Amino acid sequence: LAAYQWEHPRSRNYKAEFASCRLEAVPLEFGDYHPLKPITVTESKTKKVSRKGSTSSTSSSSSSSVVDPLSSVLDGTDPLSMFAATADPDSSRKRRDRDENSIIGSDFEPWANKRGEILARYTTTEKLSIVSTSKAGTATSAMSEKVRTRLEELDDFEEGSQKELLNLTQQDYVNRIEELNQSLKDAWASDQKVKALKIVIQCSKLLSDTSVIRFYPSKFVLITDILDTFADGYCFCISDHFSPENVNDTAKETCLNWFFKIASIRELIPRFYVEASILKCNKFLSKTGISECLPRLTCMIRGIGDPLVSVYARAYLCRVGMEVAPHLKESLNKNFFDFLLTFKQLRARCLLLFPSFSQCLFVELPSYLPLYSPAMDWIFQCISYHAPEALLTEMMERCKKLGNNALLLNSVMSAFRAEFIATRSMDFIGMIKECDESGFPKHLLFRSLGLNLALADPPEGDRLQILNEAWKVITKLKNPQDYINCAEVWVEYTCKHFTKREVNTVLADVIKHMTPDRAFEDSYPQLQSIIKKVIAHFHDFSVLFSVEKFLPFLDMFQKESVRVEVCKCIMEVFIKHQQEPTKDPVILNALLHVCKTTHDSVNALTLEDEKRTLAYLINGFIKMVSFGRDFEQQLSFYVEARSMFCNLEPVLVQLIHSVNRLAMETRKVMKGNHSRKTAAFVRACVAYCFITIPSLVGIFTRLNLYLHSGQVALANQCLSQADAFFKAAISLIPEVPKMINIDGKMRPSESFLLEFLCNFFSTLLIVPDHPEHGVLFLVRELLNVIQDYTWEDSSDDKIRIYTCVLHLLSAMSQETYLYHIDKVDSNDSLYGGDSKFLAENNKLCETVMAQILEHLKTLAKDEVGRQSSLGLSFFNSILAHGDLRNNRLNQLSVNLWHLAQRHGCADTRTMVKTLEYIKKRSKQPDMGHLTELALRLPLQTRT
Amino acid sequence: MGAVSQVLLCCEVLSGVVVVSGKDSIQHQGVSLTVEGSVNLQLSAKSVGVFEAFYNSVKPIQIISSTIEMVKPGKFPSGKTEIPFEFPLHVKGNKVLYETYHGVFVNIQYTLRCDMRRSLLAKDLTKTCEFIVHSAPQKGKLTPSPVDFTITPETLQNVKERALLPKFLIRGHLNSTNCVITQPLTGELVVESSEAAIKSIELQLVRVETCGCAEGYARDATEIQNIQIADGDVCRSLSVPIYMVFPRLFTCPTLETTNFKVEFEVNVVVLLHADHLITENFPLKLCRV
Repeated sequence: LAAYQWEHPRSRNYKAEFASCRLEAVPLEFGDYHPLKPITVTESKTKKVSRKGSTSSTSSSSSSSVVDPLSSVLDGTDPLSMFAATADPDSSRKRRDRDENSIIGSDFEPWANKRGEILARYTTTEKLSIVSTSKAGTATSAMSEKVRTRLEELDDFEEGSQKELLNLTQQDYVNRIEELNQSLKDAWASDQKVKALKIVIQCSKLLSDTSVIRFYPSKFVLITDILDTFADGYCFCISDHFSPENVNDTAKETCLNWFFKIASIRELIPRFYVEASILKCNKFLSKTGISECLPRLTCMIRGIGDPLVSVYARAYLCRVGMEVAPHLKESLNKNFFDFLLTFKQLRARCLLLFPSFSQCLFVELPSYLPLYSPAMDWIFQCISYHAPEALLTEMMERCKKLGNNALLLNSVMSAFRAEFIATRSMDFIGMIKECDESGFPKHLLFRSLGLNLALADPPEGDRLQILNEAWKVITKLKNPQDYINCAEVWVEYTCKHFTKREVNTVLADVIKHMTPDRAFEDSYPQLQSIIKKVIAHFHDFSVLFSVEKFLPFLDMFQKESVRVEVCKCIMEVFIKHQQEPTKDPVILNALLHVCKTTHDSVNALTLEDEKRTLAYLINGFIKMVSFGRDFEQQLSFYVEARSMFCNLEPVLVQLIHSVNRLAMETRKVMKGNHSRKTAAFVRACVAYCFITIPSLVGIFTRLNLYLHSGQVALANQCLSQADAFFKAAISLIPEVPKMINIDGKMRPSESFLLEFLCNFFSTLLIVPDHPEHGVLFLVRELLNVIQDYTWEDSSDDKIRIYTCVLHLLSAMSQETYLYHIDKVDSNDSLYGGDSKFLAENNKLCETVMAQILEHLKTLAKDEVGRQSSLGLSFFNSILAHGDLRNNRLNQLSVNLWHLAQRHGCADTRTMVKTLEYIKKRSKQPDMGHLTELALRLPLQTRT
Repeated sequence: MGAVSQVLLCCEVLSGVVVVSGKDSIQHQGVSLTVEGSVNLQLSAKSVGVFEAFYNSVKPIQIISSTIEMVKPGKFPSGKTEIPFEFPLHVKGNKVLYETYHGVFVNIQYTLRCDMRRSLLAKDLTKTCEFIVHSAPQKGKLTPSPVDFTITPETLQNVKERALLPKFLIRGHLNSTNCVITQPLTGELVVESSEAAIKSIELQLVRVETCGCAEGYARDATEIQNIQIADGDVCRSLSVPIYMVFPRLFTCPTLETTNFKVEFEVNVVVLLHADHLITENFPLKLCRV
């Protein structure tokens, strides 16, 4: 192949072409099909959907064919929550709770919520032991021989658990119980009913042991879990025999057998728990089973001597009772009143320290009594659920009669409806004040009251007095931990009902209490929660920052990780709630300080994700800053921001974009005609970008920003600055590495480079030549860089780029260019179709074509497939941009056509389509010569 | 040969089904059913010498023994054959069908045996199973007989040094000592006061079996079950329920015959912390209504 000349780029009349190519606009009737119209769903199934017409594009568009890929991802189960669902070790418990809710209603806080709380709160470091001694309750002296041997067999199986396990840590203990739970499940699965019963008896026996009293509430939770498993298995096993109507005798017999077995369990506590756990199965025996059994079990608890054990037994019975028969309120109440009776003696006994109470010696009273709380709270909650006001009042009265006992009062406050408490806040404060200090700490009472007030509002008139009364007590608390636990709760109430003045006072008080001895170091979570509550209520940041003690409060967060966390919270809230851009100096100063804090936490060890989050937050802030028409101030803000946030690349990128936007705003304001002053300002903006870009790391970020800023400079008539940007971009290209890191994966960079260069070319079309440099100097320089860049051998990207250059050059040789920038003279008007310019242009074309053809030749050896497709694409380029009346070009195109088909690699359909296109084009005016060309292009037939 | 399905029955007719199954057809010389019921008495080693007890166990008393022919000699086809039957339980003479009862020294047991006689070369086949008999409900209404009781150091017998005992006052009542065997024993117990802490309060169900013979009789009390009704130091003056279900098989309506007696008692056992054990005994009369 000889060297060809691109002597005659086809001259184009862009306007005419555009007009002929444009599709005819057709007005769209309502109801016509259009792919971009919002999906209209007229659902006939549900009658709720109002048929307003096309606007109702509900997400339940089951019938629509088009699915938004984004929403379809969220459709169905989100993979994370699906995972969470399967990860739950005990899904049966979940199911239970759901059932429970369906009976009781979702406003009843289910046991499952309490469970985790109790487990987390009641822990111990003492050693525990599991004793499994007796041979389960069926040990009567005269068993029939058969039964006895069977039990003995089972004993063999359980030999391991017969030993006494001493010195277990809490974790070992939990594991051991979990093991038992598992073997219980296995026992049900393998139909070993007797074994299941033995396990559950052994477990419930553990509940009579209060030796490690701190752990008792948690132990209760663990063991009742096992009872739940047992009850589930048991009911499943029983209901297996029962079809709803047909209760046959053998099934009833099995059921009875179980009840006899359980009734003969020797010890009281296991017998109680096992009976209670299968309470719901009573309905299989008789209709009135449950309503008879519940009061009996309630009475049975009276036999439990240890008040702690008995109160938990009551809690369990209430729980089971609520699940099975929520309508049987009476036994709940009876439980409560029985409890009050024992309670009267409890205090006296605690103080006297009865011999059986000797454990109490180890636990001081103030830490002993709160162990009752979870169980009492639960009992109170069950009773007060949907209870009439009268009952609540009666219960309160009864509690009062017991000398306003603090423990009772606390449970009343944590279990009763918040509204009920809130309307009587003043009464409660009175009672709290009256009740004796011993036994139950007062600050816990105020905390409970505060929790209620956070949920429900007290009467308008009392509000200030309540705060005053409460704070008077809170501020006197000596122990910083007690203080902060209380204050944390009350901050919410203060924020909700009062102005910044009161909040300021409260914050000041907290600072005063927490500063001595650096007490704040131990209470970061509480302090954090205070901040969160404050910012949740003060959305107006100008008010927030005018709270004098707010920033000093922030200074208490001296541990860096916590401080950053708090700052992030503040920024999140700011981004969420700030609607209008602001220039308030108070907000700006404070938030700059906050942002700076987060920014300064970034170091070499910071995770990418964390950096991204921080950058997102800071960017959100930057976007919200606006000085209106004071552009200079705005720019100086950006300058300051750059110096502050230099470690976060995305922030710098945002700043460059913001400054570019500022320049364009200026242009808009001046309607394109810069005055001397604005021109200087715009140049300052451009300079800002020019010196900021090199400090970035990402190579394509830099390239794109150079290009983008160059465009902005060009638009603002800063020609030499634009040249500088473009030159910088060109000189950066050789540095582009072969592989770049995208989202943690290494990928070849060539496709990105190709994309960037194509973009670059379209800008270069309108960049006017510099008077002191040669013709098309930017293009030349770029070509040199492309030439020297080491391209991948296996790809044809270099040639693709050359083809694009060819397109660029043909566009440049037109008389009038396709597009222009307002007030910038591009080369078309600079040279005005000067022949010298065209000659230069042609020379460049020649070189590029030579390169392309050279490359095609090298491919001939063993890359025929690539050669074919590249040949065809080159053919298409010539067809589009070249003037085919030129014979040599015409010949070249025919050669390329043959080349494309030579090795049978070409896709026949594409070739046919191309040929059809040529024929169609030939019918247009001035295109007659294409007819002749078409005749010279044979189609290869496959044999 | 399969088993006869187990049947629980009150008195009149024992019914069920005999299942014969085999791979091939079975040749037989007839199938018969036998019902046997007997009272087995045994003298305890305590009341007689060990050897005497071993040898001299009293002869079993036969209550019922009757046989019916079910199938005449012939052949069962291969596969499963079910033969339903109804067996009237008739007692000879003035004998009574006692309730099934498994005790230590007295055992009342009923069995149903199915025999298939076969030709000389093949073994006869036998299957036995126990069935449970509940005696006919007693006529007339049960009159409740409530008992109130008070336990103090003063009411106790068998005390060595009354002065060393801690002071206590326990009151209570049983709703009735005449009990229906299917209904639980109920009542209440109140610890009014106690100097010593209470460890446990239990209900002990005891059977008293008496075997009579020529030389005299032997009377033995053994525990059936022990049910704890209070664990730990219970709340003062708060009533604790007394509640006990009578176990099946091991209890039966109180029996008094010429040869043997089966009676029941309940003990309220209070354990104090200083290892004092206080027992209050109540004889019960069980019956079936």
